[in-house]
Amino acid sequence: MLSEFLQFMMSGLTVGAVYALVALGFTIIYNASDVVNFSQGEFVMLGGMVTVFGTAAGLPLPLAALAAILVAIAVGLLLHRLAIEPARGASPVVLIIITIGGAFVIRGVAQIVFDKQLHRLPGFSGEAPINFLGASILPQTFWVIGGAAVIVLLVTLFFERTMIGKAVLATASNRLAAKLVGINTAMIMALSFALSAAIGAIAGLLVTPITLTSYDVGTMLALKGFAAVVLGGLGSPAGAVAGGLILGLCEAFSAGYLSSTYKDAVAFLVMIGTLLVLPNGLFGTASAERV
Amino acid sequence: MRLSWDNRWIVPGLLLLVIVAIGLILPSSYYYRVGALVLISALAVVGLNLLLGYAGQVSLGHAGFVGIGAYAVAVLPVHFNVPTPVALLLGAFFSCLVALAIGRPILRLRGHFLAVATLGFGVLVAMVLTNEIRWTGGPDGMTVKRLEILGERIRTPQAWYWIAGFTLVIGITIAQNLLNSPTGRALRALHDSEVAARVAGVDVARMKLTVFAISAVYASVAGSYLALLNGHITPDSAGFLHSVELVTMVVLGGMGSLIGSVVGAAVLVILPQALTLFHEYEHLMLGVFIILIMVFLRDGIVPTLLQRLGRKP
Repeated sequence: MLSEFLQFMMSGLTVGAVYALVALGFTIIYNASDVVNFSQGEFVMLGGMVTVFGTAAGLPLPLAALAAILVAIAVGLLLHRLAIEPARGASPVVLIIITIGGAFVIRGVAQIVFDKQLHRLPGFSGEAPINFLGASILPQTFWVIGGAAVIVLLVTLFFERTMIGKAVLATASNRLAAKLVGINTAMIMALSFALSAAIGAIAGLLVTPITLTSYDVGTMLALKGFAAVVLGGLGSPAGAVAGGLILGLCEAFSAGYLSSTYKDAVAFLVMIGTLLVLPNGLFGTASAERV
Repeated sequence: MRLSWDNRWIVPGLLLLVIVAIGLILPSSYYYRVGALVLISALAVVGLNLLLGYAGQVSLGHAGFVGIGAYAVAVLPVHFNVPTPVALLLGAFFSCLVALAIGRPILRLRGHFLAVATLGFGVLVAMVLTNEIRWTGGPDGMTVKRLEILGERIRTPQAWYWIAGFTLVIGITIAQNLLNSPTGRALRALHDSEVAARVAGVDVARMKLTVFAISAVYASVAGSYLALLNGHITPDSAGFLHSVELVTMVVLGGMGSLIGSVVGAAVLVILPQALTLFHEYEHLMLGVFIILIMVFLRDGIVPTLLQRLGRKP
């Protein structure tokens, strides 16, 4: 009984950690630029795929991982420079479509540069499951959960303790005022794309040994990440992380105790259900419309 | 009677002329098939434009209604012996009911929250269609019984070109008349400012719900036609990518322009057909085109052209 519960909880936390990181990436870009970036899932794909092909080419794992993060950052910066920046001031729907177009491009290139196969990585600390109170847990699980916790901590410190982080927060809360006090808001937006891309890539390379990866894993991750963001309340980093973990846990428990046929549906049901009760998400605040 | 762009018959009339003219000169059934696909997509896009372009409410899940319409004419005739035309009407009626049921709570949401809730609805429909294998054939889809009229099987692309064409003209006429009615003016007020519309006495919730249900019916009928034209249907018709495609067609042609809906559908249906020449690069080029068009024509093709010509959009 307990072992089963523990097993589901760990798998829920693992998936939830990935959703949380995707959602955190969404939130950072949204706060800096008001763009809901549907290419966020593609950064996760890049993280996994570049690491797989890097190690296959003979690079040691840490170097391959670093390469993956750098590739994702470069792609994030290009996306911002070539697709988002030229469309500044367009309506939210147009911006959403542009980021989906961006996702098509990234996926299209990945399909040509890499291939259409499923790929996996060996676990970072071996494959032997650890027995914990009757539940058998892959060592990679701890890498994912631990890695996500470290990233969330670092991002929090970055926003609260560094000058640049505070400039990002200032830009998020009022772009014009931030500009007036001398913050280079264009640079901040580029920075937020780079940061989100890096976070996505790290999530991707950490989780690939468990979930496998291929050129098209990005779409579902982006959809669930977006669901997590909205569940938590758009714009709140803590809400994004909480939303991601809640969705992951709901998925794992419903798959374990009920049925796994509709595993992918759970995230959306929970999200819609929450919105009906709390139209601004769990941690969101209501805002008044100006006439 | 003076002819002007404001006249409610000029848009459907011009469209009818263009459809007939093109229908008479297309060279082969391949072209009729592409033409029929354009007209069918345009029907769904006109409905979505009422919601997105006129009422200002986003839906990232409209392919869900396309899926309901498509599977209505696929499942009901095969499993329950319902005649195809009745199945089409039942599908449209069911889509309308679903839209009314989910619209009531969902349409209270705004902006990105509405986008993600409708997105969730579309994904859920696609999941049901994928998982209920006994009824729907699962991810591989199912064969659709052809439409029979007076014992005659309607299966040529030519026939569907004309059926879809006339339906689209009727659909646009209804939409145009709706927009010229008090309801249409209330919708535009809603688009500009919800609070202001409410203060001016518009029943905002009811208005949104009505237009959501109407757009669902358009999408459902388009879905039924799509299934009957292809003779085969898969859950992808209800998927997220198809929803995005529909929204892109609306924005591409021009939000709040009915002719724009047809133009947007035409561009986005014909473009991938042309791109299959570069099959390896299809995804990549489609993405590049979408970005370029959105960056340089962000108001949509038709409004931008009208502006250039010095007319009001």
